[in-house]
Amino acid sequence: MSAVRAWLLVDVPRSRWQARCQRFFLGWLAFRQNAGAVAGLAIVAALVAAALLAPWISGSTGVVPDLGNRLQPPGAAFWFGTDELGRDIFDRIVWGSRITLYIVGLVTVIVVPIGLAVGVVAGYVGGWLDSALMRLTDIFLAFPRLILALAFVAALGPGLENAVLAIALTAWSPYARIARAEALTLRHSDFILAARSQGIPHHRVLAGHVAPMCMSSVIVRLTLDMAGIILTAAGLGFLGLGAQPPTPEWGAMIALGRDYLLDQWWVPAFPGLAILVVSLGFNLLGDGLRDVLDPKSRS
Amino acid sequence: MSRASAIEIAGLDVTFGRGRRAFRAVRDASFSVTAGSSFGLVGESGSGKTTVLRALAGLLPPAARIRGEMRLHGEPLRPARSRPLRRRLQMVFQDPYGSLHPRHTVDRILGEPARVHGLDSIDRRIVDALADVGLDASFRFRFPHQLSGGQRQRIAIARALIIEPAIVLLDEPTSALDVSVQAEILNLLQRLRREHALTFVLVSHDLAVVSHMCEALAVMRAGEVIENAGVETLRADALRHEYSRELLQAAQGYRTTPAGMPPAER
Amino acid sequence: MKRRDPLLIVDGLRVTFDTPRGPVAAVRDVSFVLGREKLGIVGESGSGKSQTGRALLGLLARNGRMAARQLAFDNVDLLRAGEGERRALRGGRISMILQDPKFSLNPVMTVGEQIVEAFRVHANVSRREARLRALAMLEAVHIREPGHVFDAWPHELSGGMGQRVMIAIMMVPEPDLLIADEPTSALDVTVRLQVLALLDDMLARRGAALIFISHDLNLVGSFCDRVLVMYAGRVVETLRADELQSARHPYTRGLLACQPRVDGDGSDLPTLDRDPAWLR
Ligand SMILES: Nc1ncnc2c1ncn2[C@@H]1O[C@H](COP(=O)(O)OP(=O)(O)OP(=O)(O)O)[C@@H](O)[C@H]1O
Ligand SMILES: Nc1ncnc2c1ncn2[C@@H]1O[C@H](COP(=O)(O)OP(=O)(O)OP(=O)(O)O)[C@@H](O)[C@H]1O
Ligand SMILES: [Mg+2]
Ligand SMILES: [Mg+2]
Repeated sequence: MSAVRAWLLVDVPRSRWQARCQRFFLGWLAFRQNAGAVAGLAIVAALVAAALLAPWISGSTGVVPDLGNRLQPPGAAFWFGTDELGRDIFDRIVWGSRITLYIVGLVTVIVVPIGLAVGVVAGYVGGWLDSALMRLTDIFLAFPRLILALAFVAALGPGLENAVLAIALTAWSPYARIARAEALTLRHSDFILAARSQGIPHHRVLAGHVAPMCMSSVIVRLTLDMAGIILTAAGLGFLGLGAQPPTPEWGAMIALGRDYLLDQWWVPAFPGLAILVVSLGFNLLGDGLRDVLDPKSRS
Repeated sequence: MSRASAIEIAGLDVTFGRGRRAFRAVRDASFSVTAGSSFGLVGESGSGKTTVLRALAGLLPPAARIRGEMRLHGEPLRPARSRPLRRRLQMVFQDPYGSLHPRHTVDRILGEPARVHGLDSIDRRIVDALADVGLDASFRFRFPHQLSGGQRQRIAIARALIIEPAIVLLDEPTSALDVSVQAEILNLLQRLRREHALTFVLVSHDLAVVSHMCEALAVMRAGEVIENAGVETLRADALRHEYSRELLQAAQGYRTTPAGMPPAER
Repeated sequence: MKRRDPLLIVDGLRVTFDTPRGPVAAVRDVSFVLGREKLGIVGESGSGKSQTGRALLGLLARNGRMAARQLAFDNVDLLRAGEGERRALRGGRISMILQDPKFSLNPVMTVGEQIVEAFRVHANVSRREARLRALAMLEAVHIREPGHVFDAWPHELSGGMGQRVMIAIMMVPEPDLLIADEPTSALDVTVRLQVLALLDDMLARRGAALIFISHDLNLVGSFCDRVLVMYAGRVVETLRADELQSARHPYTRGLLACQPRVDGDGSDLPTLDRDPAWLR
């Protein structure tokens, strides 16, 4: 262990690979100082673990009704109780983590590249292209999310994918604005001028010099946004526009469970708690990442 | 002129902005630099020295309007620069803290330009370039924030030299550094110029640095080149223009103020 | 307030940075007493000049810690002062010109707005009045076209203009102690003298003190009253400024010898040979 540590902390890395590991390790050391961030990371890790290990963690598939065990309170047999069809709520939450992760993943894959590309190009190139791209961004920013989602669902039919697509299409614009703001200040910096004076082509400057500098604010914003995205997806599920029953999507579970709020509180409460904890986890993680990724705070 | 000139500038004019905000930063500037020599550009702060270098390096913002003639070894320089042309003309910036990408290692800072210009045996070139500026290979995987100001400026010089330019534009390369590091960097630049037969254009506000490094100089003020002279004239304190003489006087320290103002009594 | 009282007492100042590879001492046991005078701090890069200045204002990086036996500004104990009290001092009675003007100016606000803002906060004047005074201030620091610079963005300034704008902003609150970290390194020599004369004026009028951090020995020697020479976080020598040329410590002598001269012959400059004995 200490040999690995020494290898990671050596003053003079001997290869590209060692230098890269070292950078990562130093980031981790800084990250570890922040208790909240570590808690956030633990929560997100637990979410991923639950999604991967769902078949082994849960006792059932979470979709088959068991009418003999309807609305059982939490206890030894059913940790989180059962719902109106007798399905184990704990199992449904575990399976639902896959859906949450799916939403999070899909939104990330769509939002980050689009937002980053639009923002970086607009900020770096400037001029009329900047104005055009930013007006486009404003249009998407101004679009009410739920209405777009309704339009999408009307056109393509209800379902999780269409709901996520609708969310992603309205969510990329703030990222474009962040990336543009960073690129605008970078455009005049000496190191970008230096790259240009060396004849490094524009696309390489954009991808290799400008974009990495915008990445940290984008990642941080993404983790802070995750909570909102999960909640919007849950809201769509709640309206019946997202995941369709019997899929154990957390928002849809709350929607169905709200009829039992007074007498069988656990039916909506546990999925609600799951959303709360995961949102909090992403938030804490985002806070910690901000400290680590900000180049000025580390030296 | 007996020897060929590497750079010729005639009637250069640079205007930033349009309409009411238009600002003529360089007015009708002319000078020429002999190949293999070192040329000093001194003058008032804000007089357009950096702007002249940027015009040469093709780094002015597209909105700036450039008129006049710039020639590189006799060929006219146009705003659109091909990659081989960029390779011949490199620039070292004033601020060693701002001119290196904060997220790139020295390895990448030196390797990327070499790769872009299609050079071979990049690893060897990186190590050689570091050795050239007096740094050993242990610096190769460091980030700029792990280097001192002087070390950063050495990396910036190595980056300019790794693609084997003919001309290096130096924008106040030592004004952000302390005197001991300045001495090392100036010695280094002199040695590199001899070894690689380079032409330097050196912007500085320190006449002593210009006198130490250059063979000829131009003095700028408010966008205009007001005097072209050989360095002997500077050393002999025989500059013609009144402002040039003021500059030289002021270089002696605070007591001898230009307008004859008495320094504060103490 | 008696004129003769020392304005600032620094006794045994230490600044340490925590890094993953262990603590790094940047300032070790620096002590000085500052009256209403101009004190220069010189020394090579990394000798701890900037961190000394920043510690006085509590502006260290997050991984930095400071300790001192005594740190008092005009009878206010800076070690025990609350954050609120310190902020009040920082805004009004002590100000600092940071080393890198490009990073200190807000990149998305025009230069004029930033000076106007300073006037509005510290002088409590109307927007119109603040604008006039800002333009006057730019003229005072010898900017040729104040109107052009007023409307300019920070990236449109030349290096020396950025420094003069910072000086202008820091002189607005008329502080009792000004800490200036390499404030004129990018200025040409004539403008430098004019700006320093202006600074000198303000200091004399207010009876204020100045800590002038610089690597230009000639300038410090002629502009300041007293000079501290720092090496590796320590003060190796304290001199009257007019005796700087006849300094005895080999380090100071080495620094003096490194400077090129206008009438030099262009041969290689001597460089510094660091002697481990200087670390004591
Ligand atoms: N991008 C720009 N847009 C508008 N004005 C600019 C821009 N760049 C420079 N200027 C103006 O051009 C003038 C000359 O600037 P330049 O940077 O060339 O001065 P300099 O001689 O290098 O001064 P210093 O010694 O202070 O660095 C200044 O008035 C500056 O405000
Ligand atoms: N955040 C930090 N973490 C670790 N070490 C630091 C940090 N900031 C500064 N240092 C170290 O503190 C020492 C003193 O730095 P300081 O900035 O005071 O130097 P300086 O005398 O102002 O030099 P220069 O003339 O280059 O500005 C340096 O060795 C530097 O590496
Ligand atoms: Mg300049
Ligand atoms: Mg400093």
